[in-house]
Amino acid sequence: MSDQPTTPSPAEATPEPEQLEAAAVRRSDAGNWAKVSPTLHLENVPEGAINLNVEGRRTASPMQGFGKMWQKTYSVRIPSSIASPTDVVTQWRAAFSSFWPPGNFFYSPFTDLSPGDVALLNLKAVGRVKLSTGMLVMYVDDEAITLMTPVGHFFAAFNTFGAHSDGDDTIVQIQPLFRSGDPIYEMGMPIMSRMEDRFWAQTLRNVAAHFGVEDVEVTQTKVCIDKKRNWAAVKNVRHNSLIRSILYLVATPFRWIARPFKKDADPDAQAPDR
Amino acid sequence: MTEATTATSVRRLNDQISVIDIKGEITAASESTLMDAFNEASGDATKAVILNFGGLDYMNSSGIGLLVTLLVRAQRQHQELLAYGLNEHYRQIFELTRLDEAIGIHDTEDSATAAAGR
Repeated sequence: MSDQPTTPSPAEATPEPEQLEAAAVRRSDAGNWAKVSPTLHLENVPEGAINLNVEGRRTASPMQGFGKMWQKTYSVRIPSSIASPTDVVTQWRAAFSSFWPPGNFFYSPFTDLSPGDVALLNLKAVGRVKLSTGMLVMYVDDEAITLMTPVGHFFAAFNTFGAHSDGDDTIVQIQPLFRSGDPIYEMGMPIMSRMEDRFWAQTLRNVAAHFGVEDVEVTQTKVCIDKKRNWAAVKNVRHNSLIRSILYLVATPFRWIARPFKKDADPDAQAPDR
Repeated sequence: MTEATTATSVRRLNDQISVIDIKGEITAASESTLMDAFNEASGDATKAVILNFGGLDYMNSSGIGLLVTLLVRAQRQHQELLAYGLNEHYRQIFELTRLDEAIGIHDTEDSATAAAGR
C-alpha cells in the first residue's frame, strides 16, 4: 500500500512474537460473544413480571445514547483464599439476580447467564411505578460478564461484572460504560447517578457477603469519557421505558375492565396482563 | 489482570492518514499500548486513523470498551476512525456492539484509505 517506513510504537517491544502466538493458542473468544440478532427476543416471561420495552427492541451501545459518556468503576476486595476471580464470576453467572438490592428483579430464562440470553428487568422506580426494561448478555468468560441495554433503557450501556486478582486479593468489580438514553433521562442524571451508585454498591456488598465477607468497603471512580451530548439520539425519547412504564401503570384499571371481554373474545387466551 | 499481549505499529500513509497495525489481543490490558499508538498516529493534520485488525487473535468486552474510548478520542480531535482486516467473527462483534455504525468497516486498506480521503 504505502512505501512509507513503518514506525514501531513504543509499546511494540513489550510482547515478543512467541508470546503473541502462545496467547493465540491459549485463548479463544469464539464462544464468549452473543450472536448478532437484529432485535431482542424474550424466551419466557415469568408469571408476575411486567414485560414491556424489550421484545423487538434493538440494543444500544454507549455510542447510541444521548448524554455525556461516563465510565464508573465500583470495586470491593475479598481475600483470594476465599474466592478466586473465576469462583466469583461463576457464582455471579449462576445467581445474578440474587445479588441485587431487594425489590428489583432480573428474570433470566436460564440458570446460568450465557451469551445471547435476554433478561427481563423490573426495577423499583418512582412511587408505585415498576420500570420494565431488559438486558442482552453480550459477553461471558471466566472473569467477566457484560450486559448491553436495549434502546429505551435509562442508560445506553455496556455493564461489565468481573473479577481479577491483585496480590492476595480478588477484586470484584462492576464497570458501566454509558450515556443516558435520551434527553429526559439526561435531565434526571443527577438522581439516577446516585441511585446507580447505591444499587451497585449494595450489589457488591451482597456478592462479598455471599462469600462470607461482611462490611467491605466499596470504592468508586467516575471518569467522563465524552463531554459532548449525542444530539442524533434525541429520537430515543419515543422508546423511553420509564414513560412507557408509567403509562402502563396508569392504564391498569382499563386493562382490568377490558379483561373479561378479551377472554370472551378469545377463550384460549393466555394469562392476563402482568 | 492478564498480561498485555498486544503489539502495534504505526504507519503514516501521508500527512492526513495513518494506519495502526494491531497484533495479538485487545483487552483492558491493551489500553496503554493502543492509546500510545493512537497518539503516535495522530498529528495536527491527521484526518483519519485506520485500524488494521488483520492480526487480531482475541478480544473481550473490555477491549470493545477500549475501542469506544478510542473512537471518542478520535471524534474529539475531528478525526475519522476506520477499520479493515476484520474476519467474519470480529465483523459480527462490531455489528453486535453497533460499533460498525460509528467506525467505517472496510475489506482492504485500499478501500479504507479511499473512504478516508472522501
